[in-house]
Amino acid sequence: MSQPRQSPARSIAAHAVLILWTLIALFPVFVTVVNSFKSKRAIFTQPLALPGPDSFDLVGYQTVARQGDFVAYFQNSLVVTCLSLFFVLLFGAMAAFALSEYRFRGNTLMGLYLALGIMIPIRLGTVAILQMMVATGLVNTLTALVLVYTAQGLPLAVFILSEFMRNVSDDLKNAGRIDGLSEYRIFFRLVLPLVRPAMATVAVFTMIPIWNDLWFPLILAPSEETKTITLGSQVFLGQFVSNWNAVLAALSLAILPVLVLYLIFSRQLIRGITAGAVK
Amino acid sequence: MGQLSLSGVTKSFGPVEVIKGVDLEVADGEFCVFVGPSGCGKSTLLRMIAGLEDVSGGTVTLDGRDITNLPPARREIAMVFQSYALYPHLTVRDNMGLALKQAGHPRAEIRAAIDRAATMLSLDALLDRRPAELSGGQRQRVAIGRAIVRRPKLFLFDEPLSNLDAALRVQTRIEIARLHRDLGATMVYVTHDQVEAMTLADKIVVLRAGRVEQTGAPMQLYNDPANTFVAGFIGSPQMNFLKSGVLGLSSHSAGIRPEQVQLTDGAGQISGRVSHVERLGGETLVYVHTADHGLLTARLFGEHDRTVGSELGITFDPARLFHFDKAGHRLR
Repeated sequence: MSQPRQSPARSIAAHAVLILWTLIALFPVFVTVVNSFKSKRAIFTQPLALPGPDSFDLVGYQTVARQGDFVAYFQNSLVVTCLSLFFVLLFGAMAAFALSEYRFRGNTLMGLYLALGIMIPIRLGTVAILQMMVATGLVNTLTALVLVYTAQGLPLAVFILSEFMRNVSDDLKNAGRIDGLSEYRIFFRLVLPLVRPAMATVAVFTMIPIWNDLWFPLILAPSEETKTITLGSQVFLGQFVSNWNAVLAALSLAILPVLVLYLIFSRQLIRGITAGAVK
Repeated sequence: MGQLSLSGVTKSFGPVEVIKGVDLEVADGEFCVFVGPSGCGKSTLLRMIAGLEDVSGGTVTLDGRDITNLPPARREIAMVFQSYALYPHLTVRDNMGLALKQAGHPRAEIRAAIDRAATMLSLDALLDRRPAELSGGQRQRVAIGRAIVRRPKLFLFDEPLSNLDAALRVQTRIEIARLHRDLGATMVYVTHDQVEAMTLADKIVVLRAGRVEQTGAPMQLYNDPANTFVAGFIGSPQMNFLKSGVLGLSSHSAGIRPEQVQLTDGAGQISGRVSHVERLGGETLVYVHTADHGLLTARLFGEHDRTVGSELGITFDPARLFHFDKAGHRLR
């Protein structure tokens, strides 16, 4: 969207800043991916060089493949992330709808209570959570992780979605009521499609911390069957020796699924972020 | 069918009472318009009739059936909203048919009902489009069509013309009047525009601060207002209010319509200075500043040449004055 009023100099300056920022943001990813294709010696001698004919080495990927369990780790991560995401979006949207749509006693208080979780990190409650999981026999299950991540993602989801749902036209919902739609149909068929950009925003902000989390898998589900990809990658990090090839290869692979999910949401995400700006 | 009656209807939001006891009868086939300044509760009252707001007290009955606590879908009403409120993901056809589909009518019957309404509103060519592909006027016609399809006992309109531009507003207004004649249905219409109220209504209900100020036919309100509020609200431009004491009258204030005022070059009953002139072609509005009564408006038919700043006199027939007491009530 070039505007005739904008001078070329300003446009170039803006682009320069944006490109610089992109480079800074992408640099760690670039280094990780590039080095995952190099031999161990080349990683340490020339960490920034691209893999050449003598430094190219797939040993990292071979190690990861030989380790065998990595497919299972990926699966665990995907299952946990997708399920948590689903529950966060579903329950978050429902709570947001109730808060924004219905007048009831304690509405504002309830909204504040639900938003409190944004300010208080869930990790403060780790000990209590672990005790609960032990008591309910959920230690070393993916269910434990899904439950914790759902709780972790809900506050932000409720907060963002209720703001967006307030903007959905009351007339539209009322038209649905007059036409005899149930509150559930109004929620699923009229309101949800209209807040899709906000849902995508919430999805991205919820998904990435879950996918990257090391803390809760380590504490709640460290068993071999329930390891997630971030936890699985730690096998290559020893106290004295680290298999950097394998670590970098595992991390490079771990970027892929989350990248795919991000691309799915990103188009909607941009609309969600700019919605407030241009309306 | 379609006789609406409200008795002692009240509405409170927490401690604030916004509708303070409304009694109203709307006869079958009548076109009733709620009019009043913004915040007077007219939309809230309409939404209470629709069932979109709870009724805090009193009863709403339609054809003798108490519908006070029924959900909106079971009240046999249809509503047209200011913002059209079309379902963005459905085509025009599906928008219009949704209510019947929800009620479980057979497919052929729904189709026939849609086609009939579409012909009535010349929407035939648009049936397969989505709301986003329609202009504002077309969207409002679809919204009206959606209401017609249901064959309700009562049509509710919530400022349906406010989002349209001036030309389209006149056109749609005529269309709504025609529909009312053709369908013979009972309609309740909310607007803040007194011109819409005057042109459409069989019966106007003037509301202020949650109370009915006066109910009656348009000309009845125009010729026989019950108080200063109705007198000032109905009629455009607004009625001139004069201080009775200055004119040697016994009432507290006296009102005279701008069209009942004449201007003369002599002294007249009141003297003043022209402060502004609006030439509309068919009529000329002259705003005259007077020492005793403030700014008065004269509505003259045809073209008139009055220069701003010139001195003139105002004359009127005293028999045309409306007299009001201190509280604003009409003295007859």
